[in-house]
Amino acid sequence: MNILVKKSGPMSTLQDLGRIGYQKHGVLVNGAMDSFSSRLANLLVGNNPEEASLEMTMLGATMQLQEGMIFALTGADLAATIDGQPVPRFRPICVKRDCLLTCGFGKQGCRGYFAVAGGFDVPIIMGSKSTYLRAKIGGFEGRALAEGDVLKVGASSAAMQIFAQRVMQKDGVNSAFATVSWYVPGTFIFGDDVIRVTKGQQYDWFTEESIHDFFNEPYSITLQSDRMGYRLEGTLLQYKEKRELVSEPVIFGSIQVPADGNPIILLADCQTAGGYPKIAQVVCADLPRLVQRQPKTDLHFKQVSLAEAERLYLQQEDFLNKLAEVIKRNLQ
Amino acid sequence: MKILLGAKMQPLGETAIQVSFGEKIDPQLCICARALAAELEQNPFSGLKELEVSYTGVAVFFEPLVLRREKLEKINPELSHSYQVVENYINKLLTKIKLSEADVATRVRVPVCYGGEYGPDLEYVAEYHKMTKEEVIHKHISGDYLVYMIGFAPGFPYVGGMPEEIATPRRETPRLAIPKGSVGIAGSQTGAYPLETPGGWQLIGRTPLELFRLNDLKHPSVLQAGDRLEFYAITPEQFKSIAAQEGSGAK
Repeated sequence: MNILVKKSGPMSTLQDLGRIGYQKHGVLVNGAMDSFSSRLANLLVGNNPEEASLEMTMLGATMQLQEGMIFALTGADLAATIDGQPVPRFRPICVKRDCLLTCGFGKQGCRGYFAVAGGFDVPIIMGSKSTYLRAKIGGFEGRALAEGDVLKVGASSAAMQIFAQRVMQKDGVNSAFATVSWYVPGTFIFGDDVIRVTKGQQYDWFTEESIHDFFNEPYSITLQSDRMGYRLEGTLLQYKEKRELVSEPVIFGSIQVPADGNPIILLADCQTAGGYPKIAQVVCADLPRLVQRQPKTDLHFKQVSLAEAERLYLQQEDFLNKLAEVIKRNLQ
Repeated sequence: MKILLGAKMQPLGETAIQVSFGEKIDPQLCICARALAAELEQNPFSGLKELEVSYTGVAVFFEPLVLRREKLEKINPELSHSYQVVENYINKLLTKIKLSEADVATRVRVPVCYGGEYGPDLEYVAEYHKMTKEEVIHKHISGDYLVYMIGFAPGFPYVGGMPEEIATPRRETPRLAIPKGSVGIAGSQTGAYPLETPGGWQLIGRTPLELFRLNDLKHPSVLQAGDRLEFYAITPEQFKSIAAQEGSGAK
């Protein structure tokens, strides 16, 4: 089965959980910005959570879907409709006849995820289907989707087909899609604007005043923000003294401060190494919430211990595992 | 060895640890980093995700879910988080490492066709230093090169050890596309572009060698941090012949 892209949206890319093990070869990790939502979308259609989903940024895509497809939407609310009828998020949707899925502007959040039963049939490059824009590899032809692209979809499992049959039989309405009455809670990623961080490697390089400002003043996400990083604007941060830093590894969530004093949060497409002092590191559990914040909104940073960061991470993974069990039961 | 045991460890969030042997660009630190990476690859702990060697050390990425399940609670319930388990493990490993440069440094020879269409800036570099083109080539070949780190682009080596006499500032206007394999100079650094990318380096030649191999899952990057690198000059005919071999999959 195929999905025909009618309108792509400004930045729609295929992403899974990233390329693991190749940073030493200079290869970026990439992967879904909000890996929680990407995994949730795949679980909802009976896929392995590590399967790729379509990540749509701010403005979603419009796609021609085929009869028999089962898909799910998670993450940002992109006001999805089929034949003018709203398509709910956080549940499996069975396509009854060929139809057009139209997505619009993000009303809540910044990145929407679309997963389809059977997954996207694109080559696995170095263990991943993620799009690596800079090197033009992975995903769909190494690039963001464009109008006219045809995405191949893998075969869905027999179990999912039986599930779809059942859902469609129950549904008496003459619409192009059928769905279930249950859904999973996936909106916690749109919570408040407090982002928790641990100390960065050069935390001690900053003046006491700057450390105070960093944790007490708001920082606004500027429009110069993309999958590589969020450029922030707020009270300028200063080093105690000018020191040279030899390039060292940076990761998703590292907050670095160039000499101009405005922090940059590095995101999924960040370089493997960087030479700016790092004041903090966003805890993994808050990355989904961070990347769902739209540009021109504020962030507040709160410091937590490493032990607390790990606890939050394990708690979130545990939550996803519980959701996975519930979904599995409901798909039977 | 002192440098090894003086390693500084810092969290890089709750899922990675940065081991640093110093703060300067120094071949000694690079040797230590490479030795630690090799040791960890030989003796991985469960939960180890990946390693990244940089100028001064190694970043070790791990999965707390695995460490929790298999280590923390069973082995030492007093530790409150995975980072401590990994830190202890690396500390123990560091005492076991025996450094001998001969063991760790791989020598990689990279053929370069200098000048002409392959190195459009060779003439500029020669004029800049009031040398002949041959002198620039000779100096470039004579360098004792060490690959400190792979980064910036897939397979792109940060190389130290170029003779200062041919250090040349970057171009004022970067080129939009630098052909794959281009060998260039930027300040006192030299390097080779494995893929076509934009860049401002002074291009003095090109290598027909595929420096980044997408389909080689084990070693996509021909060069690795800690490798010793040698450049040698080839003719345009040799360039074409090696390029044909590389392209036909003879690797």
